[in-house]
Amino acid sequence: MELFVFVVAAAMVLAGALGVVTRSNPVHAAMSLVLTLFGIAVMFVAHNAHFLAAVQVIVYAGAIVVLFLFVIMLLGVDKAEDLSVEPITNQRPLAAIIGVGISAIVIAAIVSSRAGLGAAGEGVNETTVDSPDANIRQLARVIFSDNVFAFEITSVLLLVAVVGTVVMARKTKSVGTGK
Amino acid sequence: MLNLVWLIPALPLAGFLLIFLFGRVLGEPRAGILATVMTASSFLVVVGVYLDLLSRTAEERHHVVTLFSWLPVGSLHIDMALLADPLSVTMALFVTGIGSLIHLYAIGYMHGDPKFSKFFLYLNLFVFSMLMLVLGENLLVTFLGWEGVGACSYFLISFWHTRDSAATAGKKAFVTNRVGDWGMMVAMFLAFSSVGTLSYAGINAAAEGGKLAAVTATGIAMMLFVGACGKSAQLPLYIWLPDAMEGPTPVSALIHAATMVTSGVFLLTRMSPVLHASYPWLGDVIATVGALTALFAATIAVAQTDIKKVLAYSTVSQLGFMFLAIGSGAYAAAIFHMVTHAFFKALLFLGSGSVIHGMHHEQDMRKMGALRKLMPITGFTFIIGWLAIAGIPPFAGFWSKDEILLAAFANNRLLWLIGVVTALLTAYYMTRQVIMVFFGEARWNDHAEENGAHGDHTPHESPWTMVAPLVVLAGLSILGGAIQLPFSHSTKFLEHWLEPVIHHSEVSIAGSWAESNKWLLLVVAVLIAVSGVVASVAVYAKGKFKIIEPKILADAWRYDAAVSAIVGGPGRAAFGGVAAFDAKVVDGAVNGIGSEVRAASGLLRKIQSGLVRSYAFVIGLGAVVLLAWFLLRGIL
Amino acid sequence: MSAMLSVVQPTSTWYLVLSAVLFGIGTIGVMVRRNPLIMFMCIELMLNAVNLSFVALSSQIANIDGQVAVFFVLVVAAAEVVVGLGIIVSIMRRRTTLTVDDMSGLKG
Repeated sequence: MELFVFVVAAAMVLAGALGVVTRSNPVHAAMSLVLTLFGIAVMFVAHNAHFLAAVQVIVYAGAIVVLFLFVIMLLGVDKAEDLSVEPITNQRPLAAIIGVGISAIVIAAIVSSRAGLGAAGEGVNETTVDSPDANIRQLARVIFSDNVFAFEITSVLLLVAVVGTVVMARKTKSVGTGK
Repeated sequence: MLNLVWLIPALPLAGFLLIFLFGRVLGEPRAGILATVMTASSFLVVVGVYLDLLSRTAEERHHVVTLFSWLPVGSLHIDMALLADPLSVTMALFVTGIGSLIHLYAIGYMHGDPKFSKFFLYLNLFVFSMLMLVLGENLLVTFLGWEGVGACSYFLISFWHTRDSAATAGKKAFVTNRVGDWGMMVAMFLAFSSVGTLSYAGINAAAEGGKLAAVTATGIAMMLFVGACGKSAQLPLYIWLPDAMEGPTPVSALIHAATMVTSGVFLLTRMSPVLHASYPWLGDVIATVGALTALFAATIAVAQTDIKKVLAYSTVSQLGFMFLAIGSGAYAAAIFHMVTHAFFKALLFLGSGSVIHGMHHEQDMRKMGALRKLMPITGFTFIIGWLAIAGIPPFAGFWSKDEILLAAFANNRLLWLIGVVTALLTAYYMTRQVIMVFFGEARWNDHAEENGAHGDHTPHESPWTMVAPLVVLAGLSILGGAIQLPFSHSTKFLEHWLEPVIHHSEVSIAGSWAESNKWLLLVVAVLIAVSGVVASVAVYAKGKFKIIEPKILADAWRYDAAVSAIVGGPGRAAFGGVAAFDAKVVDGAVNGIGSEVRAASGLLRKIQSGLVRSYAFVIGLGAVVLLAWFLLRGIL
Repeated sequence: MSAMLSVVQPTSTWYLVLSAVLFGIGTIGVMVRRNPLIMFMCIELMLNAVNLSFVALSSQIANIDGQVAVFFVLVVAAAEVVVGLGIIVSIMRRRTTLTVDDMSGLKG
């Protein structure tokens, strides 16, 4: 069962990734991204990270991609990009080398350290939501005790990001009337 | 009183500062009076110090007053210190004494000059520098004064700088002095590197104690002699002194007769132990240069027509005599001649200034004559000066010159002969000058109209401020010989007085043929002087023989032209080569580095393409390399 | 068929390999695409690959800290997208046909 889930989810992820990279229409690329994100969410569930799966769908697929689409529509950049021309010489072969290189090295590292990881542990227990060991409770326990400072800082970060972006992206008055 | 030695240079310095600040307010003649009072007060302090020294025993006549620590740098400790010992007090006595007389004279001479205060400003600065030179306890304080007098000489020679010839003469003096200064600096470096100190006590003690190798001592002494040649106008660096006559006459009297030009003689006497410790041939070199310079200048003076130029070449000649004495090891004789020369040369210069003043700034002797009746005091004092320099007993010049000739005879007969010929020529040209100026027919009206004279052009006697110093100096020229009479050991006051300074290095001529027969040589000297006078009278007054004044002598053996040709021709080419080397090689190297860096950065600049994707590629490349390294490190 | 399928269990290694591949695809996408928005999406792909590897390892060694990391990555990615899109909007407001290659003002 797990294998089936893995294969399907992996297919979704890879298909979406390839779509993002190869589709010339930005809206199509955004849709492919959504496919990838759903595939990742499925894999999260397979690892009993229910909370994260939910957050992934809500935040990533539901907010971030929507934001992307807003911008695409707002600016009207839905015109297709010409993918047959590559202005920088040798960029595509070099990109292929780099991409394949990184993947290969990481895979080599993973494979060679397979034994060091040990046997698959018990994993995070699969329990119901009410149980005191539910994933969300465990997560909450750790975030709000050990990492509460990081949590607070992150909320400040969000605030700053929003304010900064509003300031930066607003339409400034025309030249001649001061700042 | 000895602790007030610092007052001696401080008073003229105060005069300088006061005139600097308030000169315009003081104006004429108060600025001049202030300057004279300062110098005269300094003289009184010197007299006090002198009496104080006299009251001590001979060994104790060595007092150092340290003002402050000047250069404490590493192992080099130089203090601003003044030394009061017989030699420095002797020098200070006549510097301040004659200086005050000349200050008084200048009040009358510079009357009406728009830059009156400035003149006394420079004069006081000069007296200060000269006093630092002679009172210095170490070579560096002396060098301070050395450079100071050189600078003041430049200021004062080119005092009337709107005249091209004056400005050029000032520059010439300064540059030629600089060449000599190089020698003094090298001597200082040598002294410091070998002995470790620049103080006279230290260096002379090392030389006397045998710690100074003969080679080093010779090097130091030779370089000091080069400095002395520049300052005291010996061959080959004498060329500035005749041109320095462009300055006002008080300047010529003070600086170029009595004081600054004797600083070379002073320096060598001060460092006499070092000279004594060097190879014997150095003394011969110094004596030869002195003798040749004396002869050379005397021949030129025979044919000069400017009243001051005659005296200038005469100064060069007399300085040659002093170096002859030093080279022969007779330091007392050199100092003796220096003192008497200061008296009568200052007298002669001031007298000529009085003549120039009375003749409304006419300086050509061919346009003078028969001035004795119109300027009686000037004439009388000038005649006394003439007798002194010609070497007629019992005037001062005779005793000192005879002393030098005696020492020269004991050392080297040939140099004695040159000295004798020079003495003959000295008597000859000085008599010529006196006859042309004060006797004979009055020639000043012949060309008066041509030269734009205005109104009644009769020469007149000078005011009392100018005449009084003449009288005082005349008295000194008559009596000055008394300080070192050769009659017996006990009458040699100057030699005894200077003994603490020079006893180690003075070459004694006791027991030589010269000493035994000194009366014979004395008579020879008198005869030479008298025959010079008689010959000149025969030629110029009585007209019995033809006047011999070859043009080449008037042109000073065309020495100046030769120097210009050497320096202007090959010299300039060499300098041009050095300048080109600097521009091309040195600047080229520096600029070349700059352009190389710029080229390299131009190449590196191409990496910044501005394309984000290229940057992304480079980041990715870096990541790949790092990952690969970690991986390989883990595997291997 | 299901029996055969249940024999092979996907270990965490498989997930990690998948994450590496996803990361590589994302990298290639950043270097190849010229539209700034799509480049941004490729960066999101890379972030997701990392999230996946965190979660896989977290369940492998039974430590919740991996998921905590993912949580924070998610939040920061959101903030980053906000700012990044704001920048793109302000740059491309006037000319919407701009590609990344045209924004080469830092050219030395």
